[in-house]
Amino acid sequence: MRYEAVIGIECHVELKTASKMFCGCANRFGAEPNTLVCPVCLGMPGALPVPNAAAIEYMIRAGLAFNAAIPSFSKFDRKNYFYPDMPKNYQISQYDMPLTQGGVVRYWLEDGTLHECRLTRIHLEEDTGKSTHAGSGDGRIAGSAYSLVDFNRAGVPLMECVSEPDLRSAEEAVAFLEMLRRTLMAIGVSDVKMEEGSLRCDANVSIRPFGSESYGTKTEIKNMNSFRSVRRAIESEIARQSAMLDAGERIVQETLGWDEANGTTISMRSKELAHDYRYFPDPDLVPMEISAERVSAVRAKMPPLPIERFERYTKAYGFNIKQTAQLIDAPEIAEFFDRSVEVSKQPQQTQNFVLGDLSRLANESGIAIHQSPVSPEHLGELVALVEAKTINSKIAKELLARMWAGEGSPKAIVEREGLAQTSDPAALARFVDEVLAANAASVAEYRAGKSNVFGFLVGAVMKSSRGKADPAAVNALLRERLGG
Amino acid sequence: MATIAKSAAEIARAVNARECSAREMIDATMDRIAAVEPQVGAFLSVLERQARESADALDARIAAGERFPLAGVPLAVKDNLALDGTVTTCGSKMLERWVAPYTATAVRSMLAAGAIPVGKANMDEFAMGSSCENSALGVTRNPYDLHRVPGGSSGGSAASVAAHEAAIALGSDTGGSIREPAAFCNLVGFKPTYGRISRYGLIAFASSLDQIGPLTRSVEDAALAYDAMAGFDPMDATSVDRSVEPTAGTLREDLHGLRIGVVKQFDTHKLGADIDDVYDRALHDLEALGAEIVEVELPTADYGLATYYLIAPAECSSNLARFDGVRYGLRVDGVDVAEMNERTRAAGFGPEVKRRILIGTYALSSGYYDAYYVRAQKARTLVARDFAKAFEKCDLIAAPATSSPAFRFQSKSDPYSMYLMDYYTIPMSLAGLPALSVPCGWVTPEGGERPMPLGLQLTAPLFAERPLLAAAHAYERATMHAAKHGTEVVEVAR
Ligand SMILES: [Zn+2]
Repeated sequence: MRYEAVIGIECHVELKTASKMFCGCANRFGAEPNTLVCPVCLGMPGALPVPNAAAIEYMIRAGLAFNAAIPSFSKFDRKNYFYPDMPKNYQISQYDMPLTQGGVVRYWLEDGTLHECRLTRIHLEEDTGKSTHAGSGDGRIAGSAYSLVDFNRAGVPLMECVSEPDLRSAEEAVAFLEMLRRTLMAIGVSDVKMEEGSLRCDANVSIRPFGSESYGTKTEIKNMNSFRSVRRAIESEIARQSAMLDAGERIVQETLGWDEANGTTISMRSKELAHDYRYFPDPDLVPMEISAERVSAVRAKMPPLPIERFERYTKAYGFNIKQTAQLIDAPEIAEFFDRSVEVSKQPQQTQNFVLGDLSRLANESGIAIHQSPVSPEHLGELVALVEAKTINSKIAKELLARMWAGEGSPKAIVEREGLAQTSDPAALARFVDEVLAANAASVAEYRAGKSNVFGFLVGAVMKSSRGKADPAAVNALLRERLGG
Repeated sequence: MATIAKSAAEIARAVNARECSAREMIDATMDRIAAVEPQVGAFLSVLERQARESADALDARIAAGERFPLAGVPLAVKDNLALDGTVTTCGSKMLERWVAPYTATAVRSMLAAGAIPVGKANMDEFAMGSSCENSALGVTRNPYDLHRVPGGSSGGSAASVAAHEAAIALGSDTGGSIREPAAFCNLVGFKPTYGRISRYGLIAFASSLDQIGPLTRSVEDAALAYDAMAGFDPMDATSVDRSVEPTAGTLREDLHGLRIGVVKQFDTHKLGADIDDVYDRALHDLEALGAEIVEVELPTADYGLATYYLIAPAECSSNLARFDGVRYGLRVDGVDVAEMNERTRAAGFGPEVKRRILIGTYALSSGYYDAYYVRAQKARTLVARDFAKAFEKCDLIAAPATSSPAFRFQSKSDPYSMYLMDYYTIPMSLAGLPALSVPCGWVTPEGGERPMPLGLQLTAPLFAERPLLAAAHAYERATMHAAKHGTEVVEVAR
């Protein structure tokens, strides 16, 4: 039997604020262990947390990006449990009054279709330290001789984003995560790097017969370290559950770990089953009032969202999904493109330049487009010059190379050097007559029937006009002069 | 020797005027500590070397023309306040050898004002107790009767100032831990409004109630210490960002125009005739100074104790979770992390701390949270509302600080009778109000040999520290109860 999968995603995203969530320590990946710590993030006796206003602003941004409600009142709670890499043995988190509620992630699949997955909430909490287990050979705690804890990560602001079970396949789950990732990157709140742990996700998976309204028993998959492993783990879990149901077995609600090497999920059931986290409002922190003005101020500074670009590029500009994704997934390039279009008013031609010649120059030089001497406004000018037939495409290419070398405004170069395309009949006639006079032998050959000499003559005219002549006009005039 | 009998205000004046050096002051204090400490036991550690060095450094700055409001004042610091480089124990085996790596904001303010820490004062373990008997690290005796407790939890702080081992002590008050020992040791003990003085560096017992304050031999000294410490601290999210008016210069000599409320529910008759007399006389004295005495009601006052003993343990159960043997403090090894945690906590915490952690863990458990913690928070709101209503009819509230004078060691064997010691001080803590205890008379306890001091508790509306201290000063000047009795330990050779 074939089943419908029901998938919800829970992910943790480290915010890239300059400092940690509740202290002034730097928020940075990859430093020497325990060098980015202070009494507060080490949970020293007497130290107190003070919330990082930037992290709260980032949360508001994220909420707005997904159209979530930003309640006017929010608070921090303590989640109490013992764990050696958690300095206070409680985590400052949010229980019943998260900074954002609801919202929706609109994402697209490879075929270009748009889908939606609702969010339950996004809340803010602090990250834990990181344990390393030594002496067990495989880095696991079982059989280890001792464990070391690095608290550099302890207290890093962490956003927890919980989705509704709206996803129906591994493909959708990955597309949802990709959308989440590109959106959070676009609004500048996180690096969202799975390999550095700044994005970590768990998936809740259940299956049911197609058409059924009720949910099956779900399992939770952890330890997925890449989008690829998310896809594989969910596919593997759907297959496992389907086989069990087909065999008449019952699915047990449990936590599973993804074993990347063997391509299977394995049970991680631990003895501590039902944790009682004893949530209560953190008395060290006062409740937060988020005013409508504050939300409006954040909204006013929001950069363009990937989903907005997606709709503009595919609908208004008519780009295909590949070109659209190529631009959106390089936000700086998309930004460059958008600013160019504002000047050129020609999306398609601008896109041709950005993804074509400019990308080639960037690849050859190793300098990113947005960091090159070519400004988006100048590219826009260039496209507009071509579109107005002020210059032809050959000159445009030459100009772009000069702009890349730092020569600035193409319009200025054209004016300064008189590069504007010539369609003035008198000037053209002069060029043509000069060429005909200087190449009497070729003219004779042409008249004798060697029609391929025509191209040579056109080239000669273009050359003597230094490329400025309108090629179509040159063609017409030459044919007229040569008599057919 | 006589210099140490001076008040903090007098010491600072003399040191600033270079009539005596800070070094002389500290040397005399160290002699005094050496002489009386074997009997009193106020300190868990004496900072002899640091204090002399600080005094020399201060003298050099004074010689260079600087002046300090608390120049050369010997300061006792309760051992739950972090002072960089000093062992900070909280009176617990858990932190017996823990050296604080930073300094609490309040202590830093006192240092900046010229005060010189001379020792870390004993306390009930993690500030849980009302007699100092819950200290795991030492016994502190009441300088007015060495067979009696100094009160708690700031018992070492109180005993050190009463015995002239310091001129000002810093304490912390969660449900009465400054006011009760101050009353027991014939001192002024002042708990400002919650949020007035930064808690950064105060090792938490119950975060929503803990407040630092001074214990002194005069209201003026308390005002000086408060002026030094009060103010917003960006390191404490609960500290109040609101301007602080200096109080020391505005102390009064009379109470004209002041309405003082007497709480109907705080009936002092049940405390016995002697104690009742002392409090009756206190009201008459207040009236004689020009105050109008009015009756006010605190209908929810009786719920204070139960409310407090849910909220404070709930917070402490979470606050004390960090003591697990992983990063600092005591560690007792086990086969794995969980066993190490268990063994460390079993060995490191005393019985009262364990009791409160258990009560608090229970009160926060799923299924009980609404019935206990949430209801306690609601009751707390009602207590605060009662006070707000009462303050519509009066400017200050007068009440006993304690229901008895200092009791003998081991005389409160069941925890509940000890909890009752805070009956009069807890409601103010729940409401976050500024309150102080000022000496108001003496009674000779049953079976006791000598008179013991009692304290009058004055409470003001939120942030009304200024009129509170002003009134307490007028009362203190008019009555001079503190000077009426003494013992060899508290008298300084003249
Ligand atoms: Zn830190």
